[in-house]
Amino acid sequence: MRIILIILRKEFIQVFRNKAMLPIIFVIPIVQLLILAYAVTFEIKNINLDIVDQDNSPVSRELISKFSGSTFFTIHNYYIDYNEATTDFKRGKAHQVLVIPPHFERDLYKENKAKLQLVTNAIDGSAAALMNAYGISIILDYNKDLLLEKFGNEFLTNPINVSYSYWFNPELNYITYMVPGILVLLVTMIGIFLSGMNVVREKEIGTIEQINVSPIKKYQFIIGKLLPFWFIALFELAFGLLFARIVFNIPILGSVGLIFGVASVYLLAVMGIGLFLATVSNTQQQSMFLSWFFMVIFILMSGLFTPVENMPVWAQHLNTINPIAYFIRIMRMIMLKGSVFQDILKPFAAITVYAAIMLSLAVWRYKKVS
Amino acid sequence: MIILFGMPLVQVLLFGFAISNDIKNANIAILDHSKDYASREITQKLLSSGYFVLSAELSSEKEIGACFRKGKVKEVIIFGSDFALNLEKEKKGNIQIIADASDPNTANLLVNYTTSILNDYQRDLLKDKHLPLQIEPEVKLLYNPSLKSVFMFVPGIITILLMLISAMMTSISIAREKELGTMEVLLVSPLRPIQIVVGKVVPYVILAFADAITILLLSYFVFGMPVQGSMALLLAESMLFIVMALSLGILISTISNSQQMAMMLSMFALMLPTILLSGFIFPVENMPVVLQWLSNIMPPKWFIVIIKAIMLKGVGFGYIWKETLIILFMCILFISLSVKKFKIRLE
Repeated sequence: MRIILIILRKEFIQVFRNKAMLPIIFVIPIVQLLILAYAVTFEIKNINLDIVDQDNSPVSRELISKFSGSTFFTIHNYYIDYNEATTDFKRGKAHQVLVIPPHFERDLYKENKAKLQLVTNAIDGSAAALMNAYGISIILDYNKDLLLEKFGNEFLTNPINVSYSYWFNPELNYITYMVPGILVLLVTMIGIFLSGMNVVREKEIGTIEQINVSPIKKYQFIIGKLLPFWFIALFELAFGLLFARIVFNIPILGSVGLIFGVASVYLLAVMGIGLFLATVSNTQQQSMFLSWFFMVIFILMSGLFTPVENMPVWAQHLNTINPIAYFIRIMRMIMLKGSVFQDILKPFAAITVYAAIMLSLAVWRYKKVS
Repeated sequence: MIILFGMPLVQVLLFGFAISNDIKNANIAILDHSKDYASREITQKLLSSGYFVLSAELSSEKEIGACFRKGKVKEVIIFGSDFALNLEKEKKGNIQIIADASDPNTANLLVNYTTSILNDYQRDLLKDKHLPLQIEPEVKLLYNPSLKSVFMFVPGIITILLMLISAMMTSISIAREKELGTMEVLLVSPLRPIQIVVGKVVPYVILAFADAITILLLSYFVFGMPVQGSMALLLAESMLFIVMALSLGILISTISNSQQMAMMLSMFALMLPTILLSGFIFPVENMPVVLQWLSNIMPPKWFIVIIKAIMLKGVGFGYIWKETLIILFMCILFISLSVKKFKIRLE
């Protein structure tokens, strides 16, 4: 016990002697929360729309005014020729073009049927789907208005009365969704990077030899290496939660104690990974590269940005070995839905097993002889 | 070495297949108060659409909360009592959709899908009636008609990897020489600073370039992502971007003294913005103005615009000269800055 305390003291002194450490602890969470929370959004506002109105009739003008009145659309330019509008596409100035062909109004009144075209830049597939949905709903609404105006409600076509409610986040606020995930990211970065780098640094500088020849036992050394970052990460989490609560007004419906309980186990798992990677690599460069590689894959697969359910089945299976995925799920459930311990039992058990495996792997790989 | 080539391959494959915003097989629960032919028909229609999978049939409103909290279900659809009867007699059947909006994007999409299926159903009901004044919107999707997410991600991944290999690796390898003290040895040798830097940088140029080509081949053969525009132009632009990233890496290494610092700097100055502020996953236009402004000084943003333009839109140099010029300017800026810094360290 005394030996562990001594190693701990050494580690803390080393960590805080590093001038870059304090800004890392306090500034990075704030910057991350602020930038990530605002940058990461799939909401679509301000769709730049080009109009090609070849009909120029009262009906077409009225339809266009519906578009310009919508909060989603900004009319970027008017053209007569469709080819001119495609130039805007190529330059990336316009997202969508509405093409109203000649005789649109005449067709509508004479033949009761008129076509128009909505052309979308679909490189970003999901945004394109939303833009289409918005555009079509405006056109259909206008169609309904026309029918109402001419015939009253004789031809109204929706006998089903649909009502919606969005639970847990009625305003569909994306920030509320992102922040719990970002907090996970924060503690993970500290867990994987700092703890791993720390060990490799000793290796590179050669001081690890000195520790190896000392009577310090393997487990004492590893506990001494992990605990400081464990504390720092938990502190970071508390700081981040507070910041999220105050600045973003994120609700924390579930119990804060439960969050920290899960986090402390989770940290052991990611630190185990960091440490394991550190024992495998010889230079800081290698260790950093390896951790970066796993980090990016874990993050992108974790459902932080894109829901796990949308992935192919094999990718979802791959997520069984992704600790970040479990913790993000748990965090969102606890913070946003107020889930209790019984609800998160399964992912929590997975994290616990994970932590046990990773830590023993790290201890096993770490050899006192070089 | 294996890492440097294996990593891009694995990443492109993983992301190409795994990252997607397209919803399929979302779990829903149904609470059917009427259990008549109309509600069953609609349920059938929903489930056969491919978007939804029925995971639970509830019997009362009380179960909804627990269902959501367990996280098993994304959406609950409630049919009001006497649904078919109301639908026929009063032309008013009640359906309530409750979505788990703790993931707002998915909730929004799910509700959109559900309503469009309901609309289809209603249209079928009225099929035999002849309706006047119908506007028929015809939708055309340019550049990516099947809405594949890969098209969006491949340019981003190329950019990230080039940035990572060029900027991060150079900065760290130079910082490493400094930390170990071997930099001093190099500096007192008769080599000129420019020779040292070029010597350090060239291997990474070749490596990054080889990686870029690997990714392009992979995205062509595996994902069928075409290169519409000129290949030569694409490679030339990549070269320019690589040189820019390398000079940025050198700049970082001249500022930082240890590998840890170089790593931290490249992590936070390069990786996060590359992923977040470049339009890789999240469209820049939707961000707050401050971030949009910030994204303009991020080199990856311009490169992604260029790659997308060449690969997917097939445009020529005339459309992207502005972006090219910006990268060129950044390149010159970074080089001159680092040359200045480098000299100071020599004295």
